Amino acid sequence: MEWSHDKLIDMLRTMWLIRAFEEKAEELYALGKVHGTMHLSIGQEASAVGAVSALRADDFVLSTHRGHGHCIAKGADLNRMMAEFMGKETGYCRGRGGSMHIADTAGGNLGANGVVGGGLPLAVGVGLGLKMQKRSQIVLCFFGDGAANNGAFHEALNMAAIWKLPVVFLCENNQYAISLSVKKAIAIEHIADRAAAYGMPGITADGNDVLAVHEAVSQAASRAREGAGPSLIESVTYRWRGHSKSDANRYRTRDEIEAWKARCPIQRFTARLIADGTLTEEDADKLRQEAYAVVEAAVAFAESSPEPRLETIEEGVYA
Amino acid sequence: MREITYAEAIREALREEMRRDERVFIIGEDVGVYGGSFGVTLGLIEEFGPQRVIDTPISELGIAGAITGAALIGMRPVGEIMFMDFCTLAMEQLVNQAAKIRFMFGGKATVPFVLRTPAGSGTGAAAQHSQSLENWFVHVPGLKVVMPSTPYDAKGLLLSAIRDDNPVIFVEHKLLYKVKGPVPEDPYTVPLGTAEVKRQGGDITIVATSIMVRRSLEAAERLAHEGIEAEVVDPRTLKPLDEATIIRSVCRTGRVLIVHEACRTGGFGGELAAVIAGSEAFDYLDAPIVRLAGRDIPIPYNRTLEYHSVPQVDDIIAAARRLVHGAA
Repeated sequence: MEWSHDKLIDMLRTMWLIRAFEEKAEELYALGKVHGTMHLSIGQEASAVGAVSALRADDFVLSTHRGHGHCIAKGADLNRMMAEFMGKETGYCRGRGGSMHIADTAGGNLGANGVVGGGLPLAVGVGLGLKMQKRSQIVLCFFGDGAANNGAFHEALNMAAIWKLPVVFLCENNQYAISLSVKKAIAIEHIADRAAAYGMPGITADGNDVLAVHEAVSQAASRAREGAGPSLIESVTYRWRGHSKSDANRYRTRDEIEAWKARCPIQRFTARLIADGTLTEEDADKLRQEAYAVVEAAVAFAESSPEPRLETIEEGVYA
Repeated sequence: MREITYAEAIREALREEMRRDERVFIIGEDVGVYGGSFGVTLGLIEEFGPQRVIDTPISELGIAGAITGAALIGMRPVGEIMFMDFCTLAMEQLVNQAAKIRFMFGGKATVPFVLRTPAGSGTGAAAQHSQSLENWFVHVPGLKVVMPSTPYDAKGLLLSAIRDDNPVIFVEHKLLYKVKGPVPEDPYTVPLGTAEVKRQGGDITIVATSIMVRRSLEAAERLAHEGIEAEVVDPRTLKPLDEATIIRSVCRTGRVLIVHEACRTGGFGGELAAVIAGSEAFDYLDAPIVRLAGRDIPIPYNRTLEYHSVPQVDDIIAAARRLVHGAA
């Protein structure tokens, strides 16, 4: 695969934006500045960026409860995203959705989802609509290893396959459904092997290698765009933080977490880009600093943004 | 005016809307050549082809997701769930996704679909094919709930439902499918959220939904022989509810009998009673508000037991009589 210099730099920049956003989200929660829950994707940046960077700008994404990374990768304005996270009127969803429901329909992000597996049947509908409208876009549907055991997974993959819908199913296998290890939840080694049951290609990719994910999704996206139907990609990764804010990590060892941290997707990608001369250490450091600055500015925007007015509480229930 | 059946009226609405608007399509189990389990979509695949009359696998959650997702990007799907009982299998998408997407996204998306589904007992299909679960959906902000009782309303309400920008649960009744009534051939709409006084009378208001409208009208004719003039009000849309028409009627009659097929506890009758009791009609009430509803039991198979599970004409007459004359 040919990689343009700008594309590679952009991918690394986006990964840093995600890392910086997630760290700030965690900090804001610790400071008591957000009152809701959140699901951080630190350690999974390569999966989000690798997948979304393989799409066209006008393609659609359906995301998950752990969706900050997908949203940023899809090109979200961090100011509006942070404002949503902080429940402000200037947020993407006017503060009504919060972390688990950030959506930017105009930008092709059809929403994070509070229900595990909730996006899978929606992907069938979006794919069906795109096909009926004879549009050339596709939809990328993120979900996790936990959702792969939900009935919605079976119905959605089967329907997308029989109708050859332009869908890419991307399973982020981060090893745990809250506390349940994927090894205890699934009797086969690779979730992607389930693709065979639906008559679609299944690919297991190193989810901590942004280029590997990009390549797998590129192939699946081409296939979907050509009308050949959906694919299932399993992106094997790891979440560094707990499931949500209440997780005490009782179900896994510190050694395991440290071992995965040693495979940090950002460090790996940075080392590779420095090694092949795409960027210098100084460039890399600058990218990182810029990302944190963008996030600081987003916090300032969000903090200075107005709260939703109580008089508007019932707006938006019906069209 | 020409008379056609309730099922034909629904089919005609579907056909007219599909001719008028290419974004409209039908999706569900056996809706194609089979014509739907109750024959409602018969012949539509011949006119519109399998691209717009889509047979699905037995995947109710998938159907609900398909209509929600397609609606989200500009289509206007009409889904069919073969029996209302099977909505249980689709609830996640209907309740957590379709109903909430617009609000959760800050009003920046619309989900314009109709989900048609037949409810009700009387076919000997027993406990898992006979339920009336409309009130579950009434309870969910973001959904609209429609229950036509006549062929005329079925066509006009369905046209409105398809053109509405919200998810609409369109509850049909199996026993009404073969009932005939006058239906204009040209397209027309019955607006959502408007009740209709189906029969005027000054002694008692009967608020009834779906097939209970028909039974209440029959009861009213027989009550008239006894000198009791019943006014029969059909909300037609449970959500949004036309409270004003109901309250106005109760203010006139001072007595109200609420009749629905769904189980009494947690049924729509409780909501209606509270709306009436909390309105200016309270001052006009000459007797307690009475609910006549399905028993709090699963629908039994045995013909006699099934018949007595839900209100019948004689039950409505007896309840109305007691209300007008006092406890007998």
